[in-house]
Amino acid sequence: MNVSPLGLAGATVPAAVPAQRVPVSSGQLLTACRLCWEGGGRLVALWASDERDRGRGFLVRVALADADGLTVLEHTLPDGDARFPDVAAIFPAANRMQRAVFDLVGVAAEADDQRPWLWLASWPIDRFPLRRDFEASPKWEPGQEEYSFVRVAGDGVHEIPVGPVHAGTIEPGHFRFQVVGEKVLRLEERLGWVHKGIEKRFESLPLAEGHRLAGRVSGDSTVAFAWAYAQAVEAIGGIEAPPRAAWLRALALERERIANHLGDLGFLGNDGGFAFGLAQFSRLKEDVLRTNRDAFGHRMLMDLVVPGGFARDLAPESAIAMREQCSRLEREINTLRGIYDDHAGLQDRFRTCGCVAPDLAATLGLNGMAGRASGQAFDLRCDFSTPPYDALAVRLATRTDGDVAARVAVRFDEALESLRLVRTIVDALPEGDLRTALPDPSAFRFGLGFVEGWRGPVLLALESGPNGSIRRCHPHDPSWSNWPVLEHAVIGNIVPDFPLINKSFNLSYSGHDL
Amino acid sequence: MLHVLRQIAKTGIKTEAPPAPADEMVVVARLQERVLRTLGRALTIRQVDAGSCNGCELEIHALGNPYYNLEGMGIKFVASPRHADMLLVTGPVSKHMAIALRRTYDATPEPKLVVAIGDCGCNGGIFGESYASLGRVANVIPVDVEVPGCPPTPTALLQGILAAITTHAPASPPAEPTSRSAESGRE
Repeated sequence: MNVSPLGLAGATVPAAVPAQRVPVSSGQLLTACRLCWEGGGRLVALWASDERDRGRGFLVRVALADADGLTVLEHTLPDGDARFPDVAAIFPAANRMQRAVFDLVGVAAEADDQRPWLWLASWPIDRFPLRRDFEASPKWEPGQEEYSFVRVAGDGVHEIPVGPVHAGTIEPGHFRFQVVGEKVLRLEERLGWVHKGIEKRFESLPLAEGHRLAGRVSGDSTVAFAWAYAQAVEAIGGIEAPPRAAWLRALALERERIANHLGDLGFLGNDGGFAFGLAQFSRLKEDVLRTNRDAFGHRMLMDLVVPGGFARDLAPESAIAMREQCSRLEREINTLRGIYDDHAGLQDRFRTCGCVAPDLAATLGLNGMAGRASGQAFDLRCDFSTPPYDALAVRLATRTDGDVAARVAVRFDEALESLRLVRTIVDALPEGDLRTALPDPSAFRFGLGFVEGWRGPVLLALESGPNGSIRRCHPHDPSWSNWPVLEHAVIGNIVPDFPLINKSFNLSYSGHDL
Repeated sequence: MLHVLRQIAKTGIKTEAPPAPADEMVVVARLQERVLRTLGRALTIRQVDAGSCNGCELEIHALGNPYYNLEGMGIKFVASPRHADMLLVTGPVSKHMAIALRRTYDATPEPKLVVAIGDCGCNGGIFGESYASLGRVANVIPVDVEVPGCPPTPTALLQGILAAITTHAPASPPAEPTSRSAESGRE
């Protein structure tokens, strides 16, 4: 983003994509956000850190993305009583991020909605875990909060509370439906249940070892988060992973995308009343995971992306197995796609269900795979093709219907494209080292990682501390922006369609609750 | 419809033989002959994510795929703890989830079994104990079997689940687990 019309100057931030940081006053923060919005840009993340130990108060950061790359606006607050401008007035997705900033760092936005978001009464409300003087007490017992849900009143309107423990094998969260008959008038989400202190935990790990925790922010996206972390460490150290490692990372990322899309396609069939789909796709997913295990020793590819490179090499026989598997999977997926497309009952459930029109998607900031199904044609693999994607020419998958059927179609397209990528990578894998040595890290350096995971863009902002420590790490899952859109997607649909709509987004709780 | 039938026929039966139960995963031997007779060969499981990264959930999902075919063994996941014989709990237990987990445990009728899943469920894993995490599942509710791994493979999950319901069975089976013996066990 060009910030010079605002009289501002950005400094380059080391990152795998073009990135700059721009110090802004509170007025400039909103002007810059508006400029970004008018230019078609998007909010990626908003977070804060306690810089009082360095005499800088609190630092609020707003990461924006547009065609030029990432822009991180940096706004300093002198103390905890000062407030920062309400970015949600321009980017609605900022609402929950701002509330989470207060829960964890203790600085608030000038917004009407001051309800807690990640705080659920498990620690005193006036203690802020990400402040540097925070000390946890074993005396703090889990409590129960009184949260003011928005209620709909009227003749025949009733409320259905769901969760946090759900009926299926999924993560915990609380949903409040306001319904009349079967029709959903309003859904309100209450998340935060699996908040386990990930950002604080990062600060007790060495910089060179944080990738293991990053790989467990959201287990289904372990490669994406570990790669984003590795990018940030490498940016701080001024090094690059060797070409072979970069290609193996892409191999792992595409296999992660294939596995998750296959799993979702099965569950979407199942939620549409077509159990055959689950049996078939879960079988194909298992085949992918077993090949992962044979090739790399881990079914979900955890701990393979490491700062500086890739932990294990690909043996020639595994390369052959993967190539053969690609051909077989393409055949099978195409057969199953034909069956899904021809199945009237299934299409009846998929089409026009849980619709998010492209203009609403743009306004609310729907991103990633779900965004592409609503005409938000962004994919980091295409937009800023960092190695090896610069050599792979990824075909962007997009639809404009914005319904469950569109999210199914994007998954089919992307799974097939990833199979093509896997085959290309295996065939063209460059020879060479797997690791670049990490230099002794300097303190107080800031680096970014930005990777297109299967769900969407994963941002990771990292700052080094003295002696190879982590000063601050903020991993940001695309679910932050998409959860609020789910509330809109459900309006006017019937309650029994909620599981199907929810699954079609398949958002992360853990990656969001941190 | 023909396409569906053709695909089913072409796929064939993929189900593999289940692994042997893993005795070393058993923490507390609570199961007695009476309990086993009550449960018979049909086990119902309520899964509770008490704070996991969702990696364990993915492998628990895999138990339902045609290779492991958990339901083919008479074991199925149910929607309510009130219908469950066993809780399969992933961790670490976040402080926010502690009350919900205890309530789920209390809502599960006796006799009940608890299997803690994954390194986090067994010992807190990489998240450990903190202002937001209570660590291992056993810190919050009684645990019978612990299945380590990050995440445990579906085979390890099966070994743990089977260990919970077979290891401490009497040397000779109490009876053929027909509906008759299951009935008498409930009396």
